[in-house]
Amino acid sequence: MAEIELRGISKSFGTVPALRDINLTIADGQFFVLLGETGAGKTTTLRLIAGLDRPTEGRILIDGQDVTDWGAADRDTALVLQQYSLYPRYTVRQNLEFPLKSPMRRVPPDQIAERIARVSKTLRIGHLLDRKTDRLSGGEMQRVSIGRAIVRTPKVFLMDEPLSALDAKLRESLRAELKDLQMTLGETFLFVTHDQVEAMSMGDRIGVLNKGTLVQVGTPQEIYSNPVNTFVARAVGSPAMNLLPGRIEGGRAQLGPGLALDHAGGAEGRALIFGIRPEDVELATGAPLPATVTDVENHGVEKIVTLMAGPHRLRATVPVTVRVAAQDQVRIGWQPARVTLFDEATGRSLRRA
Amino acid sequence: MAAVRTTGEVLRHRLAVVSLVVILFVMLAPILWITATAFKPRNLATTVPPTVFFTPEVSPFVKLMVKRSQLREKPTEEQLAAAPWWERLVLEGGEKVVRSGKGAVQPSGYPSRFLNSLIVATVSTVLAVSMGTITAYGFSRFKVKGEDDWLFFILSTRMLPPVVVAIPMFLMYRAVGLNDTHLGLIILYTAFNLSFSVWLMKGFIDEIPKEYEDAALVDGYTRMQAFFKIVLPEAATGIAATAVFCFITAWNEYAFALIMTNKRAQTAPPFIPSQIGSGLPDWTVIAAGTVLFLLPVAIFTFLLRNHLLRGMSFGAIRK
Repeated sequence: MAEIELRGISKSFGTVPALRDINLTIADGQFFVLLGETGAGKTTTLRLIAGLDRPTEGRILIDGQDVTDWGAADRDTALVLQQYSLYPRYTVRQNLEFPLKSPMRRVPPDQIAERIARVSKTLRIGHLLDRKTDRLSGGEMQRVSIGRAIVRTPKVFLMDEPLSALDAKLRESLRAELKDLQMTLGETFLFVTHDQVEAMSMGDRIGVLNKGTLVQVGTPQEIYSNPVNTFVARAVGSPAMNLLPGRIEGGRAQLGPGLALDHAGGAEGRALIFGIRPEDVELATGAPLPATVTDVENHGVEKIVTLMAGPHRLRATVPVTVRVAAQDQVRIGWQPARVTLFDEATGRSLRRA
Repeated sequence: MAAVRTTGEVLRHRLAVVSLVVILFVMLAPILWITATAFKPRNLATTVPPTVFFTPEVSPFVKLMVKRSQLREKPTEEQLAAAPWWERLVLEGGEKVVRSGKGAVQPSGYPSRFLNSLIVATVSTVLAVSMGTITAYGFSRFKVKGEDDWLFFILSTRMLPPVVVAIPMFLMYRAVGLNDTHLGLIILYTAFNLSFSVWLMKGFIDEIPKEYEDAALVDGYTRMQAFFKIVLPEAATGIAATAVFCFITAWNEYAFALIMTNKRAQTAPPFIPSQIGSGLPDWTVIAAGTVLFLLPVAIFTFLLRNHLLRGMSFGAIRK
C-alpha cells in the first residue's frame, strides 16, 4: 500500500537525456499505466522508482518518504520484467522463495511455505512448483514472476511490459487476470507498456510518455476523448484518430477545395488539424463530403472502412450491417461537437490552450 | 527417424570418418609412442626399427620414483630374494635403490617436482580465474571510465613474448628473494594468465542477462549476494573453460620454470629433460615421467567436460 510521487525527475545517460522534468503522483491502490513508444523513457522511470538507477535530478517519494538515495533492496518494491525475470537453474518454488529468503527479510520457514501455498493457489501454479524454470511456457513463466512479486507483499508493484512477449490470446487472458489480481490485492501497480489496448483496458489512470516527457496524465476516457496533442491522439485508439489538416472559414471546416464540413465557428483563419475518431465519422447519403472507399476490413462486430476524401485518407468504423465495398462512392459527415481541434504549428489541442 | 541419404552423401560421410581417423592417429602418435616407451624394457626403448610388440613392464615407473645408483657387479641371488618386488625390478636393471642410514627408501627428484607442478598450477589457476572473474564482472556491469583503454592495456600484457622479460624478471626475483620459491612461480603464472582470464570471463559474463541481478537487487539482496547467488552459477561454464586454459598454460610452462627455479620449487617440465644429461639416459624412465605428467591435465579436463562442451563455444550460452 503506497503512494508514489515523482518530483521534477530528470535522468540523462551521459549527455543523452532520457527523462525531462517528470512530475507525477500515483495514488495508493491505483493501477497506473505508463504508455509510450520504445525509447520514450518508460523503463527508465520504472528503474528509477525501483532504485536500480539514480535520477540526475529530482526526488522520488514513496508514502511521503524521500527514497531517492535508498538502494533497491530497501525500497520494498517488486519488479516483473518482460523476460529473464525468473532465476535460471532454480525451480519455481525456489524462485518464489528467493525474495523471502533475502538476508534482510528472514521470513520463518513455516511462513514461507504458507505464503507460497497461497500465492500458487491464487495464480494456479501449484502443479509447477517443483519444475525448473526453463521447462515452463511463456505464460507460466510470467505467472510465476508475478507470483514472485506478490509473495512478499511489497508496497509497490512495478511491471515492465510483462505481457508483451506472450502470444495474443494468452496476453488477453493474463491481462484480465492481472487486473483482477490488482483489484483483489488493492495495491499500487505501475505498469509499463507500449500497447495502447493494454493501457486502455487495464489502467485506472494512464500517463503518456513521449521522448522523455510526460505529455498527458488522465483516465483512459479523458485521454481517449480529449487528447492533449496530436501525439496522444495518434498513440491511443485503434484505429487511431483521423487527423485532417485544414482551416475554419465562414463557420465551415475547409479541408481543401470543395471539401467543406459543418463547424461551429471560432479559431477562424489559422492552420488547424481536425481530429475525429473513426467511430464519429458518419456515412450518410445526405452528408456534405464526397469520398471513395478504398478498403473495408470486417472485424465481426464492426467494419473499418478506409476512405479517400480529396487528398485526405481517413478511417471510419461502421456497424457490420452497413453495406459498403471498396470503390464505392459515399458521402461522409461528422457531429461538430465530436471534433477535436489542434493547432497545426504546435500540435496542441485548442481545448487545452 | 534417420534421414535418407544419397550415395554422394554416404560417400562424403565415410570420407570424413576416414580422414578424421587418420588425423586422430597422426595427432595421437607421439602420445602412443611415449606411452609405449614408458612400459618397455630398457633395451627395447631405442631399437631401430622401433619395437611395437613387447611385454609391458612397470619398472620404468618404479625407477622414476626412487633414487638409484649403479651396481658395480650383478646382484646376487640372496639380494634378489630379500628385496620386495619393486626393488627387484631396479636390481634386475643393474642398479640399486639408495637408502638412508635408517634404511628408508630415498625418493628420486620426480615426486617433489610433480607436487611442485600441482601446487603452482592449481594455486595460480584459482587466483587467475577468481581475480579475472571479479574484474570481468566489474567491466561488464559498471561504467568504467576509459573501459576500452583499460581492457586494451590488460590485453597488451600478453603482446610481449614472455621470454623477452625473463632475464630482467630473474634479476628482480633474485633481488627480492623470490627465486626458486613456489610463491614466485605462482605470482608469475597468475600475472601471465590474468589478462586472458579477464577477457574470456568478460565474454561469458556479458552473455548473462543483467535483468537477473536487477531482480535480485529488488528482491532484497546486495550486489555481492546477487553476484554469488545468481551470476556465479550462471558463469560456471565460462569459469570451467577459463580454468582449464589457465591450468594448461601454468602446467606446461617451461622457460620461466627453467630460469627461476632449480630445486626447491622446480616444476616437472624443466626437471624431466634435465635427467637426460647425466650419463647414458634411460629413455624408459623419462617416458614414464612424461606419461605421468600428462595425466593431471587430462583428468582435470575430463572432470570439467560437461561444462566445457558448452564453454568451449565461447559464450554461446543457452538463452
